[in-house]
Amino acid sequence: MNDLRQPHEAEIIERVQETPSIYTLRLRFTDPAVHAAYRFAPGQFNMLYLYGVGEVPISIVSDPEDEHIVDHTIRAVGRVTDAMARLQVGERLGVRGPYGRGWPVEQAKGRDVVIVTGGLGCAPVVSVINYVLKRRDRYGKLTIMQGVKHADDLIWREQYEAWSQLPNTQVLLSASEGGPLWPWHVGHVPVLFDKAALDVANSTVMMCGPEGMMIAAGKGLLEQGIPAEDIYLSMERNMQCAVGKCGHCQMGGQFVCKDGPVFSWPEIVARLGIKGV
Amino acid sequence: MSSAVFLPHADSQRLFDLLHGAGYQTLAPQARNGAIQFAPLASAQGLPWGQHDEQRPGHYRLEQDHSPRAFAWANGPQALKPLLFAPQETLWQVERDAGGQMRFAAVAPPQQARAVIGVRPCDLAALKIHDAHFLGGARDGHYAARRQGLLLVAVNCSHPAETCFCAATGDGPAAAEHSGYDLLLDELDEGFILRAGSETGRALLGQLGLPAASAAQAQQAERQQQDARDIQQRGLPKDVSQGLQGQMDHPRWQQVAERCLACGNCTSVCPTCFCHSEREQPALDGVSSEHLREWDSCFTSGHSYLHGHLVRESGAQRYRQWLMHKLAWWPEQFGRIGCVGCGRCISWCPVGIDITAEAAALCQGEQA
Repeated sequence: MNDLRQPHEAEIIERVQETPSIYTLRLRFTDPAVHAAYRFAPGQFNMLYLYGVGEVPISIVSDPEDEHIVDHTIRAVGRVTDAMARLQVGERLGVRGPYGRGWPVEQAKGRDVVIVTGGLGCAPVVSVINYVLKRRDRYGKLTIMQGVKHADDLIWREQYEAWSQLPNTQVLLSASEGGPLWPWHVGHVPVLFDKAALDVANSTVMMCGPEGMMIAAGKGLLEQGIPAEDIYLSMERNMQCAVGKCGHCQMGGQFVCKDGPVFSWPEIVARLGIKGV
Repeated sequence: MSSAVFLPHADSQRLFDLLHGAGYQTLAPQARNGAIQFAPLASAQGLPWGQHDEQRPGHYRLEQDHSPRAFAWANGPQALKPLLFAPQETLWQVERDAGGQMRFAAVAPPQQARAVIGVRPCDLAALKIHDAHFLGGARDGHYAARRQGLLLVAVNCSHPAETCFCAATGDGPAAAEHSGYDLLLDELDEGFILRAGSETGRALLGQLGLPAASAAQAQQAERQQQDARDIQQRGLPKDVSQGLQGQMDHPRWQQVAERCLACGNCTSVCPTCFCHSEREQPALDGVSSEHLREWDSCFTSGHSYLHGHLVRESGAQRYRQWLMHKLAWWPEQFGRIGCVGCGRCISWCPVGIDITAEAAALCQGEQA
């Protein structure tokens, strides 16, 4: 892409309503040359543009080697994402990207992959879960640990159940508040660590979710014996340019849009848990 | 150091004519609406002859006397920032047809050859930072286009304001060699000592055929530079970036927030602040829309908006973001602090908050 800040037109090929407020848009660039040239890595994001309304940063959840489609799972939380929720198949968006540094899928080759997420299902880690599952022979054991506030908050429930049936894959779920139909654990994410039987010397951890959850989980994992440099987090901040110019995404000296959004624990730990940073 | 020549005040217009002859539009400081401002100027008569600025925290006034000088003031609210990083500009536009198809088109800034006369050494230092920010990494096309055609005629500062502390940051009052100017002036009562700092500057200067500056004149300029250094009272604590680490919970943040209006004046006048927001402006015709960017400030609530909440809710958090970014976190990004000692944020703050006083109190680490 020539000008990093100018979108290209893309068409909605499919639209999936995941929950009342979460939807997935499957996109294809209308210019075949743009579509053919487009490459991304799991954990990177695009800026999606709605005509006359504005842009939002949305992580890419599809597989980087799927040549047909680019998926974005979006939660309607603001002016742009609310309006975008009304788009139907065949309608068009602007897309520019991909931006940022994604998950360390190369460094993790040959190692166990540990996914830790919290809150309402976390799109950035879904991309890496699917990535590992499609390339099962390149990675060791896959452990997926997800914490939600309340049992009712879990989305993609069937998907978690399907993943738990796969060989060499462990799915552990916990809810801070359980419920009558909650078959999994009760408590915050770290209650799962003892159940996971992690190979601490041979695991790469990838975390995504609310900052407080990631801090608690990171500390718990360090206590388990996982080296700090093997723990990665995906951060979120306001992003408008996506190329490290507009200044909104700064966390201390880091620009989340270009230095992240994925950081290793040592790179970002000094900025975590300080209100207002 | 290239050889210095002398241009008497009476011949000042020759500098303007030289630049016009080389195809440049000239911008120069002028006394406008009670402040020194850069604006297009074709005649040396329009320079702020005899103007002085009186600056202190929360205070800026111009006064005129019979001084024979055109640059007997420190600075105005603008640096070079608005000339290169426009306060508002269109990045691209889009048209949408009845079938919903969109056509995106780039909007390029006009290509201009502009010469700015009267650039201060602190402004050159700030420009270097903005060059690193906007041209490094993903190159900003709009900034690059304006930057390309810019010729810089710097003037060493002989009259620092009470708010100035460029000597402490190492960015003035005299411009260092290789600090980016094409021509550099020292103003004396009878005229200017000129020297070139670039090939373009050397070629231009050669055309004027001026006599060499005398040893006495050179000595006078040197003494003046030293005086401008010595007169400055303000400064930043030693190792300020280090000193601020670990002060995130200091009670001073709350104390300054009780005075701070969160108006964003400091970020507007700061020559290194680069934050900007992007905004959509759909046209009334219903078929086209412009994507704009405009200066933003870390003192606004929208600056830290994140899917439905604010990362920085309080004034204390916003002031802390601004000061910590400028003095503690900037070195991580650009290898130096983001303050060039121009003192603008002190003068133009409506309640006179002084970054040097705040930094000093914070670095003490105790309740101030």
